[in-house]
Amino acid sequence: MQIFDPTIFPILAADGLTNGAVYALLALALVLIFAVTRVIFIPMGEFVVFGTLTLASLQLGKVPGTLSLLLVLLGVAALMEAFTQFRRGQTRQGLRTLIGAGLLGAALWVLAGWIVPLKPPLAVQALLTLLLVAPLGPLVYRTVYQPLQNATVLVLLIASVALHLVLTGLALVFFGPEGSRTPPFAPGNVRLGQVTLSQQSLLVILVSALLMLGLYFFFERTMPGKALRATAVNRLGARLVGISPSSAGILTFTLAALIGGLGGMLIGPSVAMTYDSGFLIGLKGFIGAIIGGLVSYPLAAAGALLVGLIESFASFSLSAWKEVIVFTLILPVLLWRSLTTRHLPEDEE
Amino acid sequence: MTRSGSPAPARPAFPARTLLTGLAATVALLLPLILPLFQVTLLVNIAIFAIVAIGLVLLTGILGLTSFGQAAFMGLGAYTTAVLTTQAGWSPWLTLPAGFVVTGLIALFLGLITLRMQGHYLPLATIAWGMSLYYIFGNTPALGGFTGITDIPPVRLFGWSLSSPRTFAYLALVALGLVALGAQFLLSSRVGRAMRALRGGPVVAEAFGVNAFRLRVQVFVLAALLASLAGWLYAHSQRFVNPTPFSLQAGIEYLFMAVVGGSQYVWGAVLGAALITLLREWLQNLLPALIGAQGNFEVIVFGVLIILTLQFAPRGLWPLLERALPQSGVRLLPQRSRLPGRAMPQPGTPLLQVAHAVKQFGGLRAVNDVSFELRAGEILGLIGPNGAGKSTMFNLITGVAPATSGQVIFAGRDITRLSAEQIHRLGVARTFQHVHLLPDLTLLANTMLGGYARGKAGMVASLLHLERGEEAALQHEALRQLQRVGLGEQAFTLAGNLALGQQRILEVARALVADPTLLLLDEPAAGLRYGEKMELAALLRRLRDEGVTVLIVEHDMDLVMNLVDRLVVMNYGERLAGGTPAEIRANPAVREAYLGVDLTEDLAGGAA
Repeated sequence: MQIFDPTIFPILAADGLTNGAVYALLALALVLIFAVTRVIFIPMGEFVVFGTLTLASLQLGKVPGTLSLLLVLLGVAALMEAFTQFRRGQTRQGLRTLIGAGLLGAALWVLAGWIVPLKPPLAVQALLTLLLVAPLGPLVYRTVYQPLQNATVLVLLIASVALHLVLTGLALVFFGPEGSRTPPFAPGNVRLGQVTLSQQSLLVILVSALLMLGLYFFFERTMPGKALRATAVNRLGARLVGISPSSAGILTFTLAALIGGLGGMLIGPSVAMTYDSGFLIGLKGFIGAIIGGLVSYPLAAAGALLVGLIESFASFSLSAWKEVIVFTLILPVLLWRSLTTRHLPEDEE
Repeated sequence: MTRSGSPAPARPAFPARTLLTGLAATVALLLPLILPLFQVTLLVNIAIFAIVAIGLVLLTGILGLTSFGQAAFMGLGAYTTAVLTTQAGWSPWLTLPAGFVVTGLIALFLGLITLRMQGHYLPLATIAWGMSLYYIFGNTPALGGFTGITDIPPVRLFGWSLSSPRTFAYLALVALGLVALGAQFLLSSRVGRAMRALRGGPVVAEAFGVNAFRLRVQVFVLAALLASLAGWLYAHSQRFVNPTPFSLQAGIEYLFMAVVGGSQYVWGAVLGAALITLLREWLQNLLPALIGAQGNFEVIVFGVLIILTLQFAPRGLWPLLERALPQSGVRLLPQRSRLPGRAMPQPGTPLLQVAHAVKQFGGLRAVNDVSFELRAGEILGLIGPNGAGKSTMFNLITGVAPATSGQVIFAGRDITRLSAEQIHRLGVARTFQHVHLLPDLTLLANTMLGGYARGKAGMVASLLHLERGEEAALQHEALRQLQRVGLGEQAFTLAGNLALGQQRILEVARALVADPTLLLLDEPAAGLRYGEKMELAALLRRLRDEGVTVLIVEHDMDLVMNLVDRLVVMNYGERLAGGTPAEIRANPAVREAYLGVDLTEDLAGGAA
């Protein structure tokens, strides 16, 4: 077979590993979100899309629509929060919430309006992208999922699908139907023997590995990380020792949006991202997450790498059937997972 | 004889609800004549989408299985008729059953694979095969690729060609009417009650003889066939097919229709289909002008709408509307026959024998070599402190979790390895420690679920209401048992309105409808007030005197000591003692186990 040709195989493998590394990051975020909040977060891929396309807008010196979304969500979230506080009779806190959100929004708006037309260097643009994308996570949690905190997994899933449609539609409004690429952070190639690899793909793999290591330390060594793990193991128990499920949810979604935005900038140079690419990217992360049973981080990461490799080889030999192969693959995995997962017969949530 | 004894059901003299349905149907049938042509096309689409959404009500709203993949099944029906009519020259009336066969087989295959999955795995699987089928439609040259198949012939009926939307609307509306009627029939039948019971998890349904997996597959295939019918209608109304209307996105929209309208109500599906279709039409004109670009921006509004619905009206919009409508009365069917009864065993003969039962959970022996015997016509109490293994023992007998080793014999048959469903059919009925009722149904309907295993009517008979004779017999049997436990007066109120003590008694009535030779009660007194406990004890004594054999697992010493004929005491998974209440009261080992006299070291040594 042609894919085993010594000049082609390493290229496909490197491609697969590069994409797989990003899928692995997404898979980790998905496992984290599910474990802490029971949300199956279908819109994960949209954070990736917003990451790439926000950076692409900044490259053109345009203020991205992400800012408007951020401001609207901030407004809605602040109103919801203030409403709860007013109802509890905490008038001062409520006012403080509203004023704080107003100031924050104004500051972001002024900052973006001032800095974007200057076309700052790539690193500054990347930071600004993260500043615009990462807050979407907690805001989305506050507005969509927190009111549904006690709903079943299936209701949360339907909400996720709805949110996915909203974000995709908004991405079309903000960024238009054309695809965009972002410049690589590390231009140039490296020759390893006969094979030429782009420095960017090496960077992607390196950053992903570092990020996973960082997450590992976060969960093992820091108090917020341990609090999240406690919530994942037993929500009621965590609550009893003073960990609020809402703040755990907000922290989780912040991490997820951060990972998504970063993933978008990493994968941006190699994939022409359009407003609707997020779903497929997210689903591929999902297959990895499901291989890990939505609970195991190492298995999820390994599964996502595998998905990246399969996709890379399938797109070379059977490009039209690439998606069919990737998505049909999920069925045996799901079956295996649901047969091996221990199921509590009664009195579950 | 029973009719005179039963209280008159709260049935309005004027069946307002039926009249209203008739009125709605008449208006619907007049619409194709009076609406402008474009809106007639919309009406056709609403009817078609409502058929898919009704399938989702059965599958998701009632049975609790979420599917995002219904559009793919619709595509199977549409593509079958498109290929066979354009390339093989078949009549559309032959391609409809052909579509059913194709869709049915593929749904059966997918169902057999995916319906073993639990919880959230199934919806994810539907996303996966929803996408796969879409790409298969688009990538297969014989199906016209992404351009699709054109020139599909119109449906012909009695020499008429239904090529204009006005005539086709009647076909679509009649199809919708039949589907809605069938779905209502199904929901008010034996199978419908089993479907509702299954929603809360398989344990309750299986305890009353429902084969959970089989029922899931049946409903899944039924929902797929409804989607296939909708696909057939869609292909012949559009006269061409391409993959777009059968994409995952469309599948998601069908689910939205059901959720917005009210996923537990047949009319909710119709309402949802109408709302979403009309809203999309309106938004598709409005939004691009507003935004100044082309694109399907209506999904933004749909998504927000769904999130708001989930947050503020989790049961959908139909229940809000239904409040304003007249309530439909419960109709008691005239009884023609009685359900066949079971031969009761001779009092005093061994009915249940547990021999050297062991249940191992990893390193823990929850039940360790326990043996006891239960004789017909007695009340046996199984007691013990917390963690003694009583509930595990209960699960061994009822087949919820089979024994690791040892034997359970019921009425001379080895039931150690049988499923809960099979054991129930041999004459074992149970109640639950945590009450498992359907709060939205009447006491009568809840009680009738207990007689599931005594009925035979299947899916098809239920859809067509051919099982009314059996249903009548079941209704009257349920009413008899409600009167037997003293709840006859409230037969037509909703189970959710009862106090906990009455709910427990309702569970006893439900178990009695199964005509059991053995009644198993799992901590029936938990959470009851003193008076309620006394009522429960009086009822159980009366049942024993009427010949029912009872095994009761209980914490409450007062209740047990004054009720049972014999007791078996368990501690640390082992049998500690057995005998009459007086013997047990005098037993020092039992007192130690319960009162914690300082002999714990000895006991721990003995259990290890």
